[in-house]
Amino acid sequence: MAEIEETIKRLQAHKGVIGVIVVSSEGIPIRSTLDNSTTVQYATLVTSLCGKARHTVRDLDPANDLSFVRIRSKKHEIMVAPDKDYHLICVQAPSDA
Amino acid sequence: MPPKAALKLKQTTGAGGKGKGLRPVRDDDDGATHTEAGDQGDDWMQPKSLLKPEDQLELSEAELKEEFTRILTANNPHAPQNIVRYSFKEKQYKQISSVDQLAVHFTLDGNMLHKESDEARRQQARLEGHAEGHSEPAASELGEPAEGSGAAEGEGAAEKPAEGAAEARDDGATPAPAKPEKLTNQFNFSERASQTYNNPYRERGTATEPPPRLNFSANVSQWEIFDAYQEDFAKQEKNKEKKVVPGRKEEDTKKKKLTAVEAQGDDISKIAKSAKIIERMVNQNTYDDIAQDFKYWEDVSDEYREQEGTLLPLWKFSYERAKKLAVTSICFSPRYKDLFAVGHGSYDFLKQTRGMVLFYTLKNPSYPEFIFSTESGVMCLDIHPEHPYLVAVGFYDGSVGVYNLTENQNAPVYLSTAKNGKHTDPVWQVRWQKDDLDNNLNFFSISSDGRVVAWTLVKNELEYYDVLKLTLEGAAQDGPDGVQLFSLGCGTCFDFHKDTDYLFLVGTEEGKLHKCSKAYSSQFLDTIDAHHMAVYKVAWNPYHPKIFITCSADWTVKIWDHNIKEPMFTFDLNSSVGDVAWAPYSSTIFAAVTADGKVHVYDLNVNKYEAICEQAVVAKKKTKLTHIGFNPSHPIIMVGDDRGYVTSLKLSPNLRKMPKAKKGQQIEQGPEVEIAKLDKILSLVREPEPAKKA
Repeated sequence: MAEIEETIKRLQAHKGVIGVIVVSSEGIPIRSTLDNSTTVQYATLVTSLCGKARHTVRDLDPANDLSFVRIRSKKHEIMVAPDKDYHLICVQAPSDA
Repeated sequence: MPPKAALKLKQTTGAGGKGKGLRPVRDDDDGATHTEAGDQGDDWMQPKSLLKPEDQLELSEAELKEEFTRILTANNPHAPQNIVRYSFKEKQYKQISSVDQLAVHFTLDGNMLHKESDEARRQQARLEGHAEGHSEPAASELGEPAEGSGAAEGEGAAEKPAEGAAEARDDGATPAPAKPEKLTNQFNFSERASQTYNNPYRERGTATEPPPRLNFSANVSQWEIFDAYQEDFAKQEKNKEKKVVPGRKEEDTKKKKLTAVEAQGDDISKIAKSAKIIERMVNQNTYDDIAQDFKYWEDVSDEYREQEGTLLPLWKFSYERAKKLAVTSICFSPRYKDLFAVGHGSYDFLKQTRGMVLFYTLKNPSYPEFIFSTESGVMCLDIHPEHPYLVAVGFYDGSVGVYNLTENQNAPVYLSTAKNGKHTDPVWQVRWQKDDLDNNLNFFSISSDGRVVAWTLVKNELEYYDVLKLTLEGAAQDGPDGVQLFSLGCGTCFDFHKDTDYLFLVGTEEGKLHKCSKAYSSQFLDTIDAHHMAVYKVAWNPYHPKIFITCSADWTVKIWDHNIKEPMFTFDLNSSVGDVAWAPYSSTIFAAVTADGKVHVYDLNVNKYEAICEQAVVAKKKTKLTHIGFNPSHPIIMVGDDRGYVTSLKLSPNLRKMPKAKKGQQIEQGPEVEIAKLDKILSLVREPEPAKKA
């Protein structure tokens, strides 16, 4: 338990990381290091996208499953690690500035 | 007659012009016209010509004379000839066999009665009653008014006067009803009605609460069906197992309870795996260029440098709490190519602190995967080749321990104690062996107290067995009581032969090298005076069965053939050599690290006397490099220093040279090639002695 807390702290302290959000499988944010409105926005949008991605992967081959999703945009990169019950979302700004 | 004549006149006057005969010509059956009959009566009229209406049927004379017979039948001409009725029995329309031919022209209901009918008799009786009544009015006059009044009173009831009349008739043979009787209904029709009581209406209703509704929606897709099948299959398997071993039911229920408890436990711990993945992703982003280099960068300038190569620095691993401790050993995991273990301790005799065992992965350069803290400095460690979760560790205080990575403990699973055969001096090297005859795990350790000890993991304990004691030659001293004291040499390193299991080499602090066998515990097979100072590392060549390498504090690295007392090659590195390692991909390449912070890479195939790469890898010149390790699958090396950092370096292509294929020939792979390669080199160095053949 403490390990995971520590991991999240490390993530947050890592170079370039803007925020870390823990979301339940339904898209309700549980923990976040960002402000409320941003958190809620990220949670709903990313969860649905993640669900769609997972659906795609599994539909093509049901024995397959999604490992993670990376969305690289001009300004940041959104990384989602899906799990059975929770999703972890991390937003990082690229460090090649 | 006259109007008719007038008509005819008109017609005749108009006939000449138009010829229209508006005169009704009656078509009689015989074709004769009435005009003739009319003509006969009106002789004074002009004879008229026969006028035919335009639409009169034109018939020839013969046709006119034709006789038509007409038959009179009893058939009703108006009756339909075929009446069809639907027969339910046969379920179809059927023609009625005979049609009623009766035609009724006139009906009149008469009021004549048959003499003998009931009604007629009643009427007769009445008439007779009337007649008798008239004939004897006086006789029953008195009686009559009474009756009549009685009858008048009960006039409402029609029966009374009738009854009265009947009684009167019965009483006397001559009843004399004065008043007229009420006639009874001819058809015996009587209408009766009664008003019933209408029950009052009452409305009754109940209001129910609608059952609670829940919206349910689900998606069906191919993988959901797949998942459902998988679950079902798993359940079936479980059921089968339960049936097969019914005694295990208790275990299953216990397991179920355990899992239930875990689920209720801390929710946040479930994202451990996701958190790890994210951390690695973030690190990959941060160290993106290094990761790219690691994977893809090859030093192009190597083409211009004929023989030399370079080392490209990649990641630098460090852990906060280990920063003051020196790296004492590096070991790669045999199963996971990116996982490696680092032991931290201190080489300083005076300053002895705690130690650490850290596991790093190349995928996460910023934080170790596993962290173990120890009380005493870690001097060496080894990962079991078959069970990569077991780590054997040797400590500075002489004890050995075994850690199990799968269990979430910070403490070693096994630890040797003072009673348990613990060494009295630091343990310099540990090595796992193959499972013994009882399938128990075992490992060897060597220490400065001069003992080589075999430890066996039996059930929950460590059992030790002294394999060897490093006796010093000719070192028997006389003790105070006249007892001869044997002092032992200090072992610093050992290495087991790859193929011949029992054969192993031991290096000592005095610089001697002993060839030993597990079978002989008191004697060495051979002893070589290898170095002037302590031998820090001895290692068999991974390909060639006879060649091994040693490095020492006397600034030299030597390559030996184990049958020959003299080294094959000697290299002077200008500084105390901390560690040397063979490359896993070639029999002729090895690397050494020195206390002046340099890494030396040699390739005997390319250059037998000089290093093909000599590079300083640490920034500060005071840091000593303590250990080196080649990654089994990637072309990188790990170098540990005494400041607690582990630096990874990528070998440039020149350092990884494989023998070039001659045109037309296939490149032969395999250890035989490597051996042959080395042999070729050795034969150049070796003194040509036909007797001594390697």
